[in-house]
Amino acid sequence: MKLLSFKKGIHPKEFKYFTCNKQTEVLSIPDEVCIPLQQHIGAPCNPIVEKGDEVKTGQIIGRSESFVSSPVHSTVTGKIKTIDSYLHPAGTKTQMIKIQRTGDDDWQLLDVPKNWQLASTDELKSIVNEAGIVGLGGAAFPTHIKLAPPEEKKIDSFILNGCECEPFLTSDHRAMLEMTDEVLDGMAIIMKVLGVKKGYIGIENNKPDAISQITRKIQKSDYNFTVIPLKVKYPQGAEKMLIEAVLKRKVPTGGLPMDVGVVVNNVGTAIAVANAVIDGKPLVERIVTVSGDGVTEPKNLMTRIGTSFQKLIDECGGLKEETTTVYMGGPMMGISQWDLSVPVVKATSGIVCRTDKSTNGTSYPCIQCGTCVSACPMFLLPTKLARYSEHKLLEEANKTGILNCVECGSCAFVCPSNIPLVQWIRIGKLKVGEMVRSKN
Amino acid sequence: MDINAILISMVSMGGLGILFSAGLSIANKKLYVEEDSRIVQIADELPGANCGGCGLPGCNSFAENVVNAKIGIDGCPVSTEDAVAEIATIMGIEAVAGEKKIARIICRGGNDETAKKADYHGIQTCTAAKLMGGGEKLCNYGCLGFGECVDACPFDAIFMTENGLPEVIKDKCTGCGKCAEACPREIIEIHPISNKLFVLCKNHDAPKIARTVCTKACIGCQICVRAVDEGAMFMDNHLAKINYDVFGKHPELPTEKCSTKGLVIIEHESQPTEQISI
Ligand code: SF4
Ligand code: SF4
Ligand code: SF4
Ligand code: SF4
Repeated sequence: MKLLSFKKGIHPKEFKYFTCNKQTEVLSIPDEVCIPLQQHIGAPCNPIVEKGDEVKTGQIIGRSESFVSSPVHSTVTGKIKTIDSYLHPAGTKTQMIKIQRTGDDDWQLLDVPKNWQLASTDELKSIVNEAGIVGLGGAAFPTHIKLAPPEEKKIDSFILNGCECEPFLTSDHRAMLEMTDEVLDGMAIIMKVLGVKKGYIGIENNKPDAISQITRKIQKSDYNFTVIPLKVKYPQGAEKMLIEAVLKRKVPTGGLPMDVGVVVNNVGTAIAVANAVIDGKPLVERIVTVSGDGVTEPKNLMTRIGTSFQKLIDECGGLKEETTTVYMGGPMMGISQWDLSVPVVKATSGIVCRTDKSTNGTSYPCIQCGTCVSACPMFLLPTKLARYSEHKLLEEANKTGILNCVECGSCAFVCPSNIPLVQWIRIGKLKVGEMVRSKN
Repeated sequence: MDINAILISMVSMGGLGILFSAGLSIANKKLYVEEDSRIVQIADELPGANCGGCGLPGCNSFAENVVNAKIGIDGCPVSTEDAVAEIATIMGIEAVAGEKKIARIICRGGNDETAKKADYHGIQTCTAAKLMGGGEKLCNYGCLGFGECVDACPFDAIFMTENGLPEVIKDKCTGCGKCAEACPREIIEIHPISNKLFVLCKNHDAPKIARTVCTKACIGCQICVRAVDEGAMFMDNHLAKINYDVFGKHPELPTEKCSTKGLVIIEHESQPTEQISI
């Protein structure tokens, strides 16, 4: 059978072998967690607790009145120690709430219906919102907004994203194997909210065990989902690429998946939805893959949000002597870290530690080979965009489509001259965005 | 060669030339557009650097807008007082003398003062470094040290010192504000030259952290704020700031009391003896 995929893209080494066969271990609950008030795209939350307050596990400690936002919860039972700005793994300082654990979990659960099948969509949507669920694939877009597309957009299909195309990461892979029921229930709940009948699960072909396990479970259940094995290619897990591969639909430039009648959610998100709607548990933990040649014993860890990176790395035997870089997320789109005291956030799918020394940043002139152009899954001209950005030709950059770049990193990965294409494009996007906004 | 061929071509080309020049001179008379002579006069008074500091595409366009009364005569931040007076005379109005403005670098955290957090190998510009986790220095608020302001200055009035901080050459700086616009950390502020007292730091960290980040950090001790008149200085989230309107000519400057000597008076601007090219 010919496997489905999208056009262009690249084939980085997968490096999944470090952790793909390792059962997820539960990391002991830390004595102190640090919960950022911003862990999602949108408005940051305001703290609704004060220093010294007692909080329960799952209690909301920050929320915002804005529509695009998502509440944050305490992930331990304890006492608020401080509310101050600390370093966020995204690289800047943001407001965080530090909580000292005082004992075992005393849960504050959400009010949930006995049988979700009979609940109204509004009720389900508000549970998803109250549970603080955001896209767990890395983008951290508030899920309840994805589940409420505007009236005029008719949604006919739902795709569950089980691609996990970033090298090293295996948290979604393990989740599909170990929590198959939650994955399927979560997907069914999302589809009920959206009112769609057609559900697809896109999984890259390098996870045959997950494909067969999910197919088996679907056959035994009364769900009617279609599992779609996909070719192993980066960035298969980007929403637009996934829709192209599964449904042959093209999201228009500047558009969203809902413009072509599709909603895409990540496997981890489906599990969080199932936990919230069925058990009433808000999003307080997630699976984090700690991997790479720079860590002694790579593992998949079920981790409370707010645990410091250091604790996870210690649990994995610590960093090796020769480790040079630690990323949050995979090596393609991840963010390199310089301080391991940063907390795990909702979007932390993995912590990847590498020992390669090739990152001295030397780049050479562009040789016009066009490799970046053949790699770009968005059909852009990365070399041109980067140069426009470098020389501040913002109008041209805008016309050439700089805002469509999904920052997948494929171009920079293949460039033989080692040009930091994505970094230039990101600067360009920032400036073009400012220009466009000032014009309006 | 046949002499005739030469003659014929000379006559025909010469004839054409006369014909076109006649046409052009008629067109010049008939279609003449009166240009306001003041535009040229004003443009002559302007610096001619086309820096864009006035918000218009260049000096000529500024002159046009002055004549059309779309912008004030003192709209060019670069012009000297004399030039503004000249423009006023050309326009036949009274000149209000604006004060000279100058760019001030509100950070003293160079390579020697701030702790370094990591090696940064990315694109060597300040904006790039800010996007990538904030560059190499530990301070999250301070100068990044890649000199984007230097590149932005149309008057070559800023250079980077060996310590990795920009320095403004007082006599060359025209206060056009291009550097302030370029700086992604908002380190550069344009001040009237009479503002001499500054808290040269932008760090909002809590005192304990600020101390570890940079030896010149404002640690929010509030000594200065208490020492001056009510309202002349204030605290903005662990950082002391000056309210220049109220502060005015405060007689007793509390600089000596500042814990980190970050509160400084710029009286006799240090003139650079040598420029370090970057
Ligand atoms: S230009 Fe953008 S979308 Fe295209 S390959 Fe580069 S990072 Fe990916
Ligand atoms: S891959 Fe690199 S060298 Fe080749 S065209 Fe693109 S930018 Fe230039
Ligand atoms: S602490 Fe103040 S002086 Fe030091 S680098 Fe930061 S902003 Fe600059
Ligand atoms: S003042 Fe601003 S633009 Fe100039 S070097 Fe420092 S950070 Fe860069």
